[in-house]
Amino acid sequence: MQTVENIKPCFPLFNEDEYQAVLEKKRTYEERVSPEKAAEVFEWTTTKEYQDLNFARQALTINAAKACQPLGGALCGLGFEKTMVYIHGSQGCVAYFRTYFNRHFKEPIAFIADSMTEDAAVFGGQKNVHEGLQNATKLYDAKMIAVCTTCIAEVIGDDLGAFIGNARKEGYVDKDFPIPYANTPSFVGSHITGWDNMFEGIMRYFTLNEMEGKAPGQNGKINIVPGFETYLGNYRVIKRYMKEMGVDYTYLCDPDEVLDTPATGEYEMYAGGTTIEEVKDAPNAITTFMLQSTTLEKTKKYIEGTWNHEIPKLSIPMGVEWTDEFLLKVSEATGKAIPASITKERGRLIDMMTDSHQWLHGKKMAVFGDPDFVMGLVKFMLELGIEPTHIVCNNSNKRWEKAMKKMLEDSPYGIHAKLYPGCDLWHLRSLCFTDKPDFIVGSSYGKFIQRDTLYKGPEFEVPLIRLGFPIFDRHHLHRMTTLGYEGGMYILTTLTNAVLERLDDQTKMLGKTDYNFDLVR
Amino acid sequence: MGLLNREEAEALIQEVLEVYPEKAKKDRAKHLMVNDKKLESAKKCITSNRKSVPGVMTQRGCAYAGAKGVVWGPFKDIIDISHGPIGCGQYSRGGRRNYYSGIAGVDSFCDLMFSSDFQEKDIVFGGDKKLAKLIDEVESLFPLSKAISVQSECPIGLIGDDIEAVSKKKAAEIGKTIVPVRCEGFRGVSQSLGHHISNDAIRDWVISNRDGKLDAGTPYDVAILGDYNIGGDAWASRILLEEMGLNVVAQWSGDGTIAEIENTPKAKLNLLHCYRSMNYIARHMEEKYGIPWLEYNFFGPTKIAESLREIASHFDDTIKEGAERVIAKYQPAMDAIIAKFKPRLQGKKVMLYVGGLRPRHTVGAYEDLGMEVVGAGYEFAHNDDYDRTIKELKDATLIYDDATGYELEEFVRQVKPDLVGSGIKEKYAFHKMGVPFRQMHSWDYSGPYHGYDGFAVFARDMDMTVNNPCWSMFKAPWQKPAEEPEAKAA
Repeated sequence: MQTVENIKPCFPLFNEDEYQAVLEKKRTYEERVSPEKAAEVFEWTTTKEYQDLNFARQALTINAAKACQPLGGALCGLGFEKTMVYIHGSQGCVAYFRTYFNRHFKEPIAFIADSMTEDAAVFGGQKNVHEGLQNATKLYDAKMIAVCTTCIAEVIGDDLGAFIGNARKEGYVDKDFPIPYANTPSFVGSHITGWDNMFEGIMRYFTLNEMEGKAPGQNGKINIVPGFETYLGNYRVIKRYMKEMGVDYTYLCDPDEVLDTPATGEYEMYAGGTTIEEVKDAPNAITTFMLQSTTLEKTKKYIEGTWNHEIPKLSIPMGVEWTDEFLLKVSEATGKAIPASITKERGRLIDMMTDSHQWLHGKKMAVFGDPDFVMGLVKFMLELGIEPTHIVCNNSNKRWEKAMKKMLEDSPYGIHAKLYPGCDLWHLRSLCFTDKPDFIVGSSYGKFIQRDTLYKGPEFEVPLIRLGFPIFDRHHLHRMTTLGYEGGMYILTTLTNAVLERLDDQTKMLGKTDYNFDLVR
Repeated sequence: MGLLNREEAEALIQEVLEVYPEKAKKDRAKHLMVNDKKLESAKKCITSNRKSVPGVMTQRGCAYAGAKGVVWGPFKDIIDISHGPIGCGQYSRGGRRNYYSGIAGVDSFCDLMFSSDFQEKDIVFGGDKKLAKLIDEVESLFPLSKAISVQSECPIGLIGDDIEAVSKKKAAEIGKTIVPVRCEGFRGVSQSLGHHISNDAIRDWVISNRDGKLDAGTPYDVAILGDYNIGGDAWASRILLEEMGLNVVAQWSGDGTIAEIENTPKAKLNLLHCYRSMNYIARHMEEKYGIPWLEYNFFGPTKIAESLREIASHFDDTIKEGAERVIAKYQPAMDAIIAKFKPRLQGKKVMLYVGGLRPRHTVGAYEDLGMEVVGAGYEFAHNDDYDRTIKELKDATLIYDDATGYELEEFVRQVKPDLVGSGIKEKYAFHKMGVPFRQMHSWDYSGPYHGYDGFAVFARDMDMTVNNPCWSMFKAPWQKPAEEPEAKAA
């Protein structure tokens, strides 16, 4: 029972005897199996036998580590100046996309739907597009409406291009109002694919028929394409490097302002973002740097084919070597030298690596997440002397697999690593029982594996280190940086201190494990 | 500015509507009203449960969200398969905080997600074979699950899959209940139809499983319907019912089991908290099993006491005495809570925009703290919800149905409430505007809010948000207008 001096929320309220008694009594109505039987089955789920059954799955996904295309399409749309993301399809999807980003960024997210319902499923969604575009252009003071689709529109085969064209012809929207669009079927690829498709759609819309007089190198800039990127610091660190190098650049898709508006007393729906003029001018850049190169297939094809850019072959600039390569390529492409300030920053990261290596060397870490992110993270781990073990990528592709395999074979620290392309977090749960890593590194979804392994006993617990997307259960980590040397510093600090926290956890028993419970580390 | 009078409120609605194109304006006008307590029925003043306007920022979800997310998800020993592409299952995982007691992945499955992760070939060739195989895989990996539900995502209804046939066939094979739920996101206009479809699915596939085999139970058996145990709400409710001498034989659906569903026909009275999402099954049980049902309200001591007495009135004196005993037991603690928090919250104005029952059910709890609800609306209510709402609210209160982001912001800008209670999609826009805000779907990661113990948490939370110092720091010293210090000095 509550007292005014000590008001208890769910925890610890329900741990009190009176509530434990309530739960005990409730059990008599539940017809649950006995605790002994549950314990026996739990133990079985931790065995190799269970793992084999688990890996024999062909149809069932359990605890996915990926989302669907339009989520990525929507994030892409957010990165353009005064752009309203408009989703053609069911409204529930849009509520989910907004919620998902609200929870990760702790920011307002403005997307709209054209709310297709049963009649639209039968007759097609053209009426929704017409009315929706009319309302959206009137209400939201946008400069661009970026349209992508949910699976209802894809399954019934709505012709988005024709619908938008007809909306213009019939006067629902101005003839010239910018409405780029992309098909983003949820049953193909993942959120990463959706980003690629929407991005290509926007580039195509503004440049495909306006290539006359445009040629690589004319504006002296380089283009940066981030891909599905949720660390705000990653937008910022690349911009800082360009500034410090004196490189003129265009960030093609730049949501770091709209996802980080200050509390001023006014809500601003739009802030920052790549302008339409910048997009139109983008083919004139020297070249285009794609930060997540294994997952931007459609974009790459378009930029190479239409803009005639020679896209540098680069991996995601995470860790030391791949950041080095990125900067060298930028320098080579632009003729600008890498300044002392960046060399100093690199030196500081290396210095941190020397300071912390003893806590990281040989640590075994399981990793899961999006393809390029995981690739960059694993690369940096190998540079730190960490031994990645189970590498799970639910939305991987063949290119990723091939590149990962090579990278792991080339490093002595890749010896324990095994790739699990297309696997989910229930697969990873099994692996964490049968071949225990020291840590799991990934999104908030990993916390359930930590809980389940702890349930077997404290010595089986695999703690989660939160790096990736989404992170719902810790605040403000999306503001951090994982790219560049600066990102290396954040990752290294996060990993090292997780190792030290864990060591404290294991050695803080007074009179029992005080040895190695050190003040100095 | 304080509470608007009728003319001001009506003028505000007109002003807000100005921005819409003609057709949308006409449509939206029907969903906004100024409360008039004299009205018997809301029908003439407000339109609800209609399609949202395309291209306008509705906050609504879909039938799948109402089915899988609301009704089915919280039953702990049922495995809910999100049948279709990967997104829906992923987005609906773990956000609602329906607490359960059990071993996840062994005998309880609320915080796992199960998906058939449709690929293009499943769309082209149909997903029935995949579903059948998937059910075998569920059965082999989770032998202690008691039932399976198949939650249809949009494509299922479009590609002509026969999930009913698959469910029947596989149920016979594995000897467990398998419920096909036709909750494709395009059905209906909001979450609401998903509730209804789920209620009907329970009616058709589950509730009568033990007909003719149930014992009579006790004279004091009741069931809780429409409590999703968010932050432990149902537990904080159950404790009171048991303390007054009742036996709660089933919880729908928070922390519930399929056995509890099947045993509900033993209940002598069905207690309905969220009317919107479970009135259908309550009506069905009344018709089929003769079980009366009663709406109750466990927010705030005033409404709790009223409800306990009304519940008790359906039973004999032992229960009536039990109700009085419970009310008396908690009264001193409630008095102390109110004595502490009311002075800090007295006169504060609240605007609400939530889901099924809270825009009306929490009014009493706010009033217990001296707060006043000056605007209320629902994402997916029907007219019978508004009939109930107009009685709870003061005259001239703004009422808004399926409000758009823009309408909510404008109303709040003009009415200037001290607190807004709504959802995660609304939350951060109001943070930017400097308006104290509490999520009233998930209890903002707190709770419980039901019952006496819940009210203590509710009072604490409203106070911490309304009175936190962060709201006063929005302007840097050099940004403050010059006249403000003078005004203060005067």
